[in-house]
Amino acid sequence: MKGRDLGELAVRNLREAILRNSLTTLGVAVGVASLVAMLSLGVGLQTLASERLTKSGLFDAVFVTSRRDFRGPGGEGRDGPPRKSSAPPEKFKPLDEGARQQFVALPNVVDVYPQIRFLTDVRYQGNSYSTNVLGVPESSRATSAFDSITGKYFSSPTAEEAILQADFAKELSPQPATLVGQEITLRYAERRAVSSDEISKEQDIDKQLDEMMSGGISIVSREKKLRIAGIIESDPSAGIGGFGGGRVFLPIRVAEQLHAAQANDVQDFVRGGGSGKPTYAALTIRVKNPKNVQQVEDAIKKLGFNAFSLLDAARSLRLVFTVFDLFLGLFGSLALTVASLGIINTLVMAILERRREIGVLKALGATDGDVRSLFFAEAGAMGLFGGIFGVALGWLIGQALTWGTTIYLRRQDLPGVKISFVPWWLAASAIIFAVAVSLVAGLYPAGRAARLNPVEALRYE
Amino acid sequence: MPSTQTLIHAEHVSRDYRLGETVIRAVNDLSLQICSGEFLALLGSSGSGKSTLLNLMAGLDRPTSGAIHVRGQNLAALDSPGLARYRRETVGMVFQSFNLLPRMTLEENVELPLRLAEVDRAERSRRVAQALEHVRLGARRQHRPSELSGGEQQRGALARALVNEPAILFADEPTGNLDSATGEQILLLLREIQDTLGMTIIMVTHERPLAERFANRIAVLSDGRLVDQLAMQTGARA
Repeated sequence: MKGRDLGELAVRNLREAILRNSLTTLGVAVGVASLVAMLSLGVGLQTLASERLTKSGLFDAVFVTSRRDFRGPGGEGRDGPPRKSSAPPEKFKPLDEGARQQFVALPNVVDVYPQIRFLTDVRYQGNSYSTNVLGVPESSRATSAFDSITGKYFSSPTAEEAILQADFAKELSPQPATLVGQEITLRYAERRAVSSDEISKEQDIDKQLDEMMSGGISIVSREKKLRIAGIIESDPSAGIGGFGGGRVFLPIRVAEQLHAAQANDVQDFVRGGGSGKPTYAALTIRVKNPKNVQQVEDAIKKLGFNAFSLLDAARSLRLVFTVFDLFLGLFGSLALTVASLGIINTLVMAILERRREIGVLKALGATDGDVRSLFFAEAGAMGLFGGIFGVALGWLIGQALTWGTTIYLRRQDLPGVKISFVPWWLAASAIIFAVAVSLVAGLYPAGRAARLNPVEALRYE
Repeated sequence: MPSTQTLIHAEHVSRDYRLGETVIRAVNDLSLQICSGEFLALLGSSGSGKSTLLNLMAGLDRPTSGAIHVRGQNLAALDSPGLARYRRETVGMVFQSFNLLPRMTLEENVELPLRLAEVDRAERSRRVAQALEHVRLGARRQHRPSELSGGEQQRGALARALVNEPAILFADEPTGNLDSATGEQILLLLREIQDTLGMTIIMVTHERPLAERFANRIAVLSDGRLVDQLAMQTGARA
């Protein structure tokens, strides 16, 4: 029999026992709905977590340091005794502007910036407040830290503007919102390199340090006026290798131009080999997408630098969600398993009722395969209708969960979140799964119907 | 008019049924030849084996021993799909209880063998209309079986049996559920089909007078054996 005829006959047969078949189909729909609702919750939570983590700026970043950091200059530990080795000391690449430009040229790299963090004295309305300044790269605009900013983000990457951390803003004014647009003055120590030709001739590091302290660099007090652009609750770079801790944020290019003396200046100077050439303690590289992190990390290691990312943490997170989804799917499938028993029951009943009809079909020339296909088609149709209805029902349950959660979160003064999400692949897979389960459930009844002896079936009253 | 060419040849056919420990021989070493275009009536009392023999010749059942050759092909040697094809292409069947599917209209019932034979839709429509006109039910095509009288239902079943243009029409007690007048109409129709389409008709009945009036030949069965054969005068007597 042709597929179209088979489909028509199957739907007609289902329509005849409309109540029983509808209830069976509803059973499948409830099973699929529970599966879809469970998995949509898993997918929704995973999407939510991924979005939040991506916006946190933790998972699209690679942190680079010079290899010298771990062994000391010339490959020898600074505190331990010199290693006895016949091999010539390895030449470590300095993490300087040249290296930074190399990183910028790598594929999928969005931004490369150093850590600029220094102590400052903020003057506002005649009062003085000590705090830390942190340079913020342009790429951090997309992070969630700036989602609920009071005021605005920096008007340009070189704007002489500052964004304050909320607690610090409260110290400046009991009504922090009024600070936006006001001017503050930063007092900071500018670092100036001095000629170190004589110092570089020295081979002993302790001696170099002694010389530096006395005249390798000079420190000059400076002031800078900045307009307050906005106020934020959280630190946009908190938690990354101790990079956080800023309470006043400047565009990184402005922060770099200040040449402010930082805590690691002495170390930097030593790293430069006394040449006065500035080096960075560490660089942060932002990549286009978290999935590019590994590739960029590998490229940097090949260039001879240490690279570190939170990729492993992201992998662990994905593993946790996969296991979570698996369990949700298993629980959701239980209802569908029960529904498949309903299909078996309905079809076995149908065989008993339609025994004579099966005999007539065989007498008219239907093969065992035709009869089997007809019952399969009926099981498949129940699975298909149940699957489609179940996906719609599961989506509605997900929407209700999102709606309820949003109401609850708003009552707690928290922003609403979409905890349930039904992607197209989940909808399609659920329908295919429902049809597959229904066909498996139809195996026994269809086989039984196909094996019926036509003479006995025709004799059945 | 029947020809002398043998269409069906049953050779030493037996069919046993097992009821618990007991073996019942419904057809017992029976041999019979049926010619093309013949109207044969299988006559016998209840349990004589006439319906079993009809089922064997129609390919609904297989003999325990012996062979049934139809156009030289041994039905016992056919596999299940082969027998289904034989029923679909060579055979039309009419039953005592009509066996129209109640959920379908008359037209859909008649169309069913054509669906199974995978005939194109346009061709199906033409052949269904033709078959229904043949049994004079063209106006009742959209009715369901429950909306038809017994005679109309049997005529509908006859249209369904004819729609595939089979070579042999098997009728198992076609008048058994009908009053005598309606039964006679059905047999007249069968005879008309035999005359106009040259179809071979094999009918099971226990009503000897009807068999004598309409059949070319009567084969009498008793306890699964062929006990008598009678050639009739041609032409139904109204």
